[in-house]
Amino acid sequence: MEPMVLTPISKERLLDLYQENRSSLSADDSPAVRANREKALDSFRKLGFPDKKMEDWRNTDISKSLGLAYDYPLQPSEEDDMQKVFRCNIPHLDTAVIGQLNGWFVSKDVPLMELGNGIIIGSLAEAMKKYPHLVEPHLGNYTDVESNGFAALNTAFATDGTFIYIPDGVKSEKAVQLVNVIQHRENIFIQSRNLIILGKEAKLTVVHCDDSYDHQPSFSNIVTEIVVGEGAFLDHYKLQNLNNNSTLVSSTWFHLEREAKLESHYLSLNGALLRNNTYVRFNGSFGSANIYGLYLMDNRQHIDNYVAVDHASPDCISNELFKGILDEHATGVFNGHILVQRDAQRTNASQNNRNLLLTDTAKINSKPFLEIYNDDVKCSHGSTTGQLDETAMFYLRQRGIGEDNARMLLMFAFADEVVSKIAIEPLRYRIEDMVKKRLQGELQICEQCVLHCSTPEHPMEFKIDLSKI
Amino acid sequence: MGSDSNNIIDAYTSGEYKYGFHTDIETEYAPIGLNEDTVRYISAQKNEPAFLLEYRLKAYRHWLTMKMPTWPHLEIPPIDYQGIIYYAAPKKKKELSSLDEVDPELLETFNKLGISLEEQKKLSGVAVDAVIDSVSVKTTFSETLAKHGIIFCSFSEAVKNHPDLVKQYMGSVVPYTDNFFAALNSAVFSDGSFCFIPKGVRCPVELSTYFRINAANTGQFERTLILAEEGSYVSYMEGCTAPQRDKNQLHAAVVEIVAMKDAQVKYSTVQNWYPGDKNGKGGIYNFVTKRGICKGSNSKISWTQVETGSAITWKYPSCILLGDNSVGEFYSVAVTNNYQQADTGTKMLHLGRNTKSTIISKGISAGRSNNSYRGLVRISKNAVNSRNYSQCDSLLLGDKCGAHTFPYIQTENKSSIVEHEATTSKISEDQLFYCQQRGIDTESAVGLIVNGYAKEVLKQLPMEFAVEAQKLLSISLEGSVG
Amino acid sequence: MLLKITNLHASIKGKEILKGINLVVNKGEVHAIMGPNGTGKSTLASVIAGRDVFDVTEGEVLYNAKNLLTLSVEERAREGIFLGFQYPVEIPGVSITNFMRTAVNEIRKYRGLDPMGAGEFLKMMEEKKKLVEITSNLTNRSVNEGFSGGEKKRNEIFQMAMLEPTLAILDETDSGLDIDALRVVANGVNKLRTSENGFVVITHYQRLLDYIIPDFVHVLFEGRIVKSGGKELAMELEEKGYDWIKQQL
Repeated sequence: MEPMVLTPISKERLLDLYQENRSSLSADDSPAVRANREKALDSFRKLGFPDKKMEDWRNTDISKSLGLAYDYPLQPSEEDDMQKVFRCNIPHLDTAVIGQLNGWFVSKDVPLMELGNGIIIGSLAEAMKKYPHLVEPHLGNYTDVESNGFAALNTAFATDGTFIYIPDGVKSEKAVQLVNVIQHRENIFIQSRNLIILGKEAKLTVVHCDDSYDHQPSFSNIVTEIVVGEGAFLDHYKLQNLNNNSTLVSSTWFHLEREAKLESHYLSLNGALLRNNTYVRFNGSFGSANIYGLYLMDNRQHIDNYVAVDHASPDCISNELFKGILDEHATGVFNGHILVQRDAQRTNASQNNRNLLLTDTAKINSKPFLEIYNDDVKCSHGSTTGQLDETAMFYLRQRGIGEDNARMLLMFAFADEVVSKIAIEPLRYRIEDMVKKRLQGELQICEQCVLHCSTPEHPMEFKIDLSKI
Repeated sequence: MGSDSNNIIDAYTSGEYKYGFHTDIETEYAPIGLNEDTVRYISAQKNEPAFLLEYRLKAYRHWLTMKMPTWPHLEIPPIDYQGIIYYAAPKKKKELSSLDEVDPELLETFNKLGISLEEQKKLSGVAVDAVIDSVSVKTTFSETLAKHGIIFCSFSEAVKNHPDLVKQYMGSVVPYTDNFFAALNSAVFSDGSFCFIPKGVRCPVELSTYFRINAANTGQFERTLILAEEGSYVSYMEGCTAPQRDKNQLHAAVVEIVAMKDAQVKYSTVQNWYPGDKNGKGGIYNFVTKRGICKGSNSKISWTQVETGSAITWKYPSCILLGDNSVGEFYSVAVTNNYQQADTGTKMLHLGRNTKSTIISKGISAGRSNNSYRGLVRISKNAVNSRNYSQCDSLLLGDKCGAHTFPYIQTENKSSIVEHEATTSKISEDQLFYCQQRGIDTESAVGLIVNGYAKEVLKQLPMEFAVEAQKLLSISLEGSVG
Repeated sequence: MLLKITNLHASIKGKEILKGINLVVNKGEVHAIMGPNGTGKSTLASVIAGRDVFDVTEGEVLYNAKNLLTLSVEERAREGIFLGFQYPVEIPGVSITNFMRTAVNEIRKYRGLDPMGAGEFLKMMEEKKKLVEITSNLTNRSVNEGFSGGEKKRNEIFQMAMLEPTLAILDETDSGLDIDALRVVANGVNKLRTSENGFVVITHYQRLLDYIIPDFVHVLFEGRIVKSGGKELAMELEEKGYDWIKQQL
């Protein structure tokens, strides 16, 4: 094995890397995919990485993350223990688990599962080969490589990730859990690409987890494109639990057709720097989207949620609720953008960001934007930052509950508004546990997936017993 | 809403601009265009002391290095800064000693505007400084004010008579490096108002400046400086109009307010510059920097604005809350119609402890206009126990306009509370129906509802202004909401 | 003597609300405090409970001969003071069961008792529910979240039953209740009345006092108790209105 050369992430480094590996990167590409790759690279050459001068990045500084020295594997590594990936599921959660290791689809024996009802789950690379007619109309069709440098870079480099296809009318009973585990002997730069397609009237629940298994720094640039077909329903979860040295830039494009319904939940629990770009576009009428976010940050962690909802069609409903608790030196950004286009009559859109700062060193920047070009709308937004409700504190203490515990209960209640929206019960309980631990400052990256922190064999202690009795 | 109501919207929103006349007054101009000589010409015209010329030149040189801001939600056609006349003044034959010597045309101009400069007819309880094009033509009430030690005069007079105060405070709140238009203003400002309220004095009358652009092809660059000493109080009003002309005209003003310990300054604006015609032709570009600093503890600065005019408005009256327990307020109604564009709001910078700010913004968009609220609330680490409450509502009248809200909220300590709320909607059909059921026609109902919608802001205006503002709203929006 | 208030003055943000309150409550007594809106009734309740938005500027409050004013809100609660809120707060995500269990066990800990086991606790909940005639599944819901006005008030009475206070102050518990809910609330109070505890019932109307018979009635007006008497004073007030009091002053 040659010694690895680790270098910081820079535009030049990546352009060179692309040059050196051009043929291998696009070895399996169809002409269309290859053309996209080249186009994206040109775009990346123009855009580079975002910096603080850009409006959407002015409060998130990625230069430190980029400046670490990384390895850039362009092939999956063979030596890692694939089995580890599968340890990471939630007890009692009946899901089909897809494992990704450092962004690569694992389980090479069965790269693509084809279920009897027509559902296809597996490696995106494999799907491109086997089902180009399913992949090509969508892959790269929704990402904005013209203005999003990370998306451009991902489009140029990514060769694999997860592909999920739910045919028309098929309602998947089982949730699909996509677990991306990051574990590498060196710092690693990861780019992976996912494509999820729900046909007409289809239904799917996806739980997408990003977890570190060690304390090695990593930088992930993940792009996911999701098509929710006419009348289809997607319940989408994003769980982020990386170590304190890792950066994640995750961009997800939701493309909603007529009468499509989306529920999306962003649960950010740990990581050095987390940036979620969420783009929702209503491509047809009568769509609805609820987007929830909960972030609990401490240390010097940074969380940035960018949510853009494009009401391009009439009669759609969108609702955003992002709540966060920032402790110690943690910093947070909420950047919401609702665009109501000229013809999007009878739009109903709301946007809310609520924050609690627990110290004088934590910071929050909240920018809920509304951009409206139609008069027949009901739009609202709100942003609050502050302390726990004084009246509620008084109420709890009047019942004899001490100040610290009262504060803890109210923080839990604060978070619960988002947690309670989790429709999968075992997952909700697990998240509740994690929130409780997090509020007590106990949640840390374990050697294993943190989701194991509260198995039935190791019941979790909580100072105030909030568990169901 | 049916087509009926759309017709009413048209009728309502096409209210004529009634200040569109212009008067033939003999005027002196600076040569067209901008260079160091222009700056020197203006300074020389005004017999300015050396420090001021120096300041202007520094500002001019800095301006050359700057670019027009591109971040506002505005489409600003390219402006030819060499095609503008930077100084125009009604010709004076000699020093005026009484009103009788003022050009009768000029008096007539202000009479037409409803502003009487004649002492015997002066508005009760309002002292007026009238600024036409580049110069202040008359300040009323000065003697009465002098009794209280209040200085209220044109900026030029202040430079002449109170150079130390001007030197100390000009640029202390809005430095010439602040932004493109502030730099431009600092280089070429011609006149404006100056106001000084001594310690412990409560100004007995409303102070008012009336700005009028008359000459064609000129820009207006006035500067206002208000100094409120410890424990003083002043309420200041500003109004403005311009003739109807096909070509756009530039107005780039700077307003600075300094409030010392326990001082209170209330600044009210009814901005009614010519907005351009129905097709978006002509109108004033209103690029204004207004900022106050609450320097001492327990001081308070309150901005109230009713913005109905101008083709393009770029304006963010702001408060720097430096003193502990200081208070900043911003109340705004901004109406845009036809092809008007407005990007307006405020900045509340909380630096002192226990500082409070309130932002109430009501945007009303009609026609093909775009109306944006843009606001920054920053609670710095040391501003412990601070509070902000912001409410920014937008009302859309018609389906071709836009209403946008861009709040920036930054909080850096745990003991402060920041709340921002905003809604965007069209006029409530329930409210309209309710009014109609009581026999009120749609047009009047819309007027009623819009005035009700803006009431929270209008009630902040001094009485003399509130009536005018209410009328203005009804004219700008007559029949506005169907 | 359970509670002795002497010359109590309290203000909020520099504005004086209570201007010299004197009141003595003995064990086994029910006191009704009546008065027009905005005269300081709720302030008095909050000050006894220890809400820190109010500043006590003068006077003394003794509770079981202890100086109450130096204790924190929760210490007062653990000493046996219960405040039934006029507007109970909603706490989403925290079930009433867990909320009560936390409260009961913290109070027990303060009194040097062991925490109550889950089984015993649940049994107690059932008993108290029955006592205050709560049949609904109220207890599995989050505290007050989405409750109707009547449910919130019943929930207050239920919590009072759970915490077994020595001094219960009910702040306008009757407001917004229909006649059936009013009866349920009153029955709850009557069942909890013993010779060992005391009640201060704050109300605007005489109606509640048809169900909870007070031993004493006080009229609070502009921050002072201006008239005290037996239950017949309430009847007189009902008949003559508060203007009658004003005229007398």
